[in-house]
Amino acid sequence: MQSWNYQKDISGCGLSGLINKDGTRVGGEVIVRSIATQHDRGNGLGGGFAAYGIYPDFADHYALHIMCDDRASLAAAESFLKEAVYIAHQERIPIRLNPKITNVPILNRYFVKPRAEMEGTTFDKGLSEDDFMVQVVMKINMDIQGAFVFSSGKNMGAFKGVGYPEDIADFYRLEDYSGYIWTAHNRFPTNTPGWWGGAHPFTILDWSIVHNGEISSYGINKRYLEMFGYHCTLLTDTEVVAYLLDLLIRKHGLAVDVACLALAPPFWKEIDRMDEDRRKLCKAIRMVYGSALLNGPFAILFAYNGGLVGLNDRIKLRPLVAATKGETVYMASEESAIREICPDPERVWAPKAGDPVIAHLNPGIG
Amino acid sequence: MLYYDQNKNYRDFEVLRDENKCIQCQVCVRQCSYEVHTYDEKHDEVTADQTKCVGCHRCEAFCPTDALKIRKNQSEFRDNALWTPQYLKNIYKQADTGGVLLTGMGNSYPYPVYWDKMLLDASQVTNPSIDPLREPMELRTYLGAKPDAVEVHGGNGHPRLDTSFAPQIPIEYPILFSAMSYGSINLNIHVGLARAAEEMGTLYNTGEGGLHPTLYQYGKNTIVQCASGRFGVHTDYLNAGVAVEIKIGQGAKPGIGGHLPGEKIGPEISLTRMIPEGTDALSPAPHHDIYSIEDLRQLIYALKEATDYKKLVFVKIAAVHNSAAIASGMVRAGADVISLDGFRGGTGAAPTMIRDNVGVPIELALASVDERLRQEGIRNRASLVVAGGIRCSADVVKAIALGADAVYIATAALIAVGCTVCQRCYTGKCPWGIATNDPYLAKRINPEIAHEKLANLIRGWGHEIQEMLGGMGLNALESLRGNREKLRGVGLNETELNILGIKHAGA
Ligand code: SF4
Ligand code: SF4
Repeated sequence: MQSWNYQKDISGCGLSGLINKDGTRVGGEVIVRSIATQHDRGNGLGGGFAAYGIYPDFADHYALHIMCDDRASLAAAESFLKEAVYIAHQERIPIRLNPKITNVPILNRYFVKPRAEMEGTTFDKGLSEDDFMVQVVMKINMDIQGAFVFSSGKNMGAFKGVGYPEDIADFYRLEDYSGYIWTAHNRFPTNTPGWWGGAHPFTILDWSIVHNGEISSYGINKRYLEMFGYHCTLLTDTEVVAYLLDLLIRKHGLAVDVACLALAPPFWKEIDRMDEDRRKLCKAIRMVYGSALLNGPFAILFAYNGGLVGLNDRIKLRPLVAATKGETVYMASEESAIREICPDPERVWAPKAGDPVIAHLNPGIG
Repeated sequence: MLYYDQNKNYRDFEVLRDENKCIQCQVCVRQCSYEVHTYDEKHDEVTADQTKCVGCHRCEAFCPTDALKIRKNQSEFRDNALWTPQYLKNIYKQADTGGVLLTGMGNSYPYPVYWDKMLLDASQVTNPSIDPLREPMELRTYLGAKPDAVEVHGGNGHPRLDTSFAPQIPIEYPILFSAMSYGSINLNIHVGLARAAEEMGTLYNTGEGGLHPTLYQYGKNTIVQCASGRFGVHTDYLNAGVAVEIKIGQGAKPGIGGHLPGEKIGPEISLTRMIPEGTDALSPAPHHDIYSIEDLRQLIYALKEATDYKKLVFVKIAAVHNSAAIASGMVRAGADVISLDGFRGGTGAAPTMIRDNVGVPIELALASVDERLRQEGIRNRASLVVAGGIRCSADVVKAIALGADAVYIATAALIAVGCTVCQRCYTGKCPWGIATNDPYLAKRINPEIAHEKLANLIRGWGHEIQEMLGGMGLNALESLRGNREKLRGVGLNETELNILGIKHAGA
């Protein structure tokens, strides 16, 4: 298939996320209650979660969550993995059978480190550990038919599938995990192949994205990423968001707030009125990263080991509400989803279009 | 009758005068610079020598009683799909003169127009369309070489920019006026173009004929051209605008030079071109100092040195078979902007055979150049401005979706001030006062009115582009640039779809 000849995935959705800035870990049942409140924002064709701080025993290993269609693809993925990485531990991802969750793929997880000696063979030379792992993930997702890595960060994991999020949570036994950041997604795809990999969150390394919206600029975002060696294999909008963050923050070294400026920049009219330093910066960002601008209606939550960020498109065409209480920051599509798990927030607000809500872990935590 | 001009009666047009309406006012006599109409005093009658008519419609437009109609000659040869009248007439003409057939404007053959085989997308339900009357809808673009990444210090809180940029030109509309030299068109048009560019926040291009002293004041909106003849090129000229364009070739006549006959080199043109009055202005086919890509690099940097690295250097080529590889070389040679001129680009004069048979449609060339620069990871390093047959705002939108940063228009600009595309620009008699320096004809263009019409054209197209962008759910032009997902082909084969990088409608 030509790279331009993809089928676009269109979906509406509900989101919810929370972060305990002091690093306190909470069980998965909390976020499940929140996302279940927004049941009607999905249609049962996709639900998923990302959780941070859940694998303290393997905190310095990359946790690969892999779904495989059958034994043959599993075998192919495993033999590739054995060659490319050291596997410290591997197991089935624990599940609980749920009558509403069907067509379950084989779900395994591997705690791994790159094999340095593999550099310059199947992999490029001079890669950082992170870049090496990105290549491992890309190779499995592109080249091994039926195998798909849906989570690859350290001390974090994504759990997703076809179904309502509360059922997916039950299936993955999320109450058994505790994390300091949780995000959740309830999906309403208008066209879906019913593929587990198509549910949110989308991840690359420890970036995870849940997304409500449609990226009308997808065509150019994708071609832009291809210039930097990212291949959008999933044929959906959300994947480009994950790769753009990886490019801007990890590869180009931009701070989170600056990266958000690139994804949802101020209008030229506003830029023209800014003080000189700010104007120079915003102008440069728009000139250089014009192809990274996410245009179209969206609200996204993206998380990484150090924090949680909520971002809206430049004219706020999708809902996003934020709230705080103590050391916890909440973000969700609807206020009800926050009040369900935090009835008396100290502050509740609707972030302005294009203004990111950035919540970092407190210094020294994490 | 060895030299009887057989073509004489095989004329192209018929001039029909409704005698009941004609009041013998002789407007047509004065308006037609080809002397088709004459007044016969004895019989108080206006008559026409139809053989001379080029079909420019000037007389028809100005006839106060609507007595005139210009239409194609109805006389017909026996049908023959191969030997059409056009070929017969051309052969008669060449048999008489032994000369090269000349013409003006762009390729007139019915080659496929790919603009008309691509359709745009619009939002329905899943993403809302955006109303440009209520929401910001941004068309501003910066032309110039961009770094791949920016460096910022100060991080979260008070980030500040560390990266310094090569010079950039902001344009408020992605539409520039393409190169037309003073000489091929007259000063009134140049003034109109310069003022319209200034008003609309865009650029016009001097073409290769130098810059008239009165136009230096529009420098911020000027691209000066440096072509193979080097006419009118001196330090002040190079520094007069915001960019210097090296013209390697032009879509209407790839691979050949230019020739402005001595009769057209009057005192003013002689001054700006820096050649003696009455001498032919010959632009050689290649630049005599550019025989390879390394030579181009030298010229680019010579111009950058001469302008203290403050001006952008554009390099303009005609779209030809290997444009993609050539463009890549041009970017690596240091061009800030690639101007790509398709085979439908206009000209003041070109050999007919070249105009109609050489080059590549701009749509295909644009698609392959943009794709190649992306594959090589150097698309950021230059902007891409395309030209050659942009007729309306939808063409502009399609060009940007294929990957252009902006478009150049010239034929459309001339049409805005009256041109009827009669394709006889090379005669110097343009009855519309455009492609002529005859003062009697040139004063038919009032620079102020030309300014207004040209600005209106950009304004109107701008509104339409905003509507189309908003309809697609986009509110910034950069989200359209290279966004081929917004295009679908109709009636295109697999190869064409592949080159354009778009899906077929319905897919
Ligand atoms: S050349 Fe033009 S002005 Fe003259 S008769 Fe023909 S249409 Fe009329
Ligand atoms: S510029 Fe004048 S001569 Fe040339 S095509 Fe237009 S009307 Fe005819």
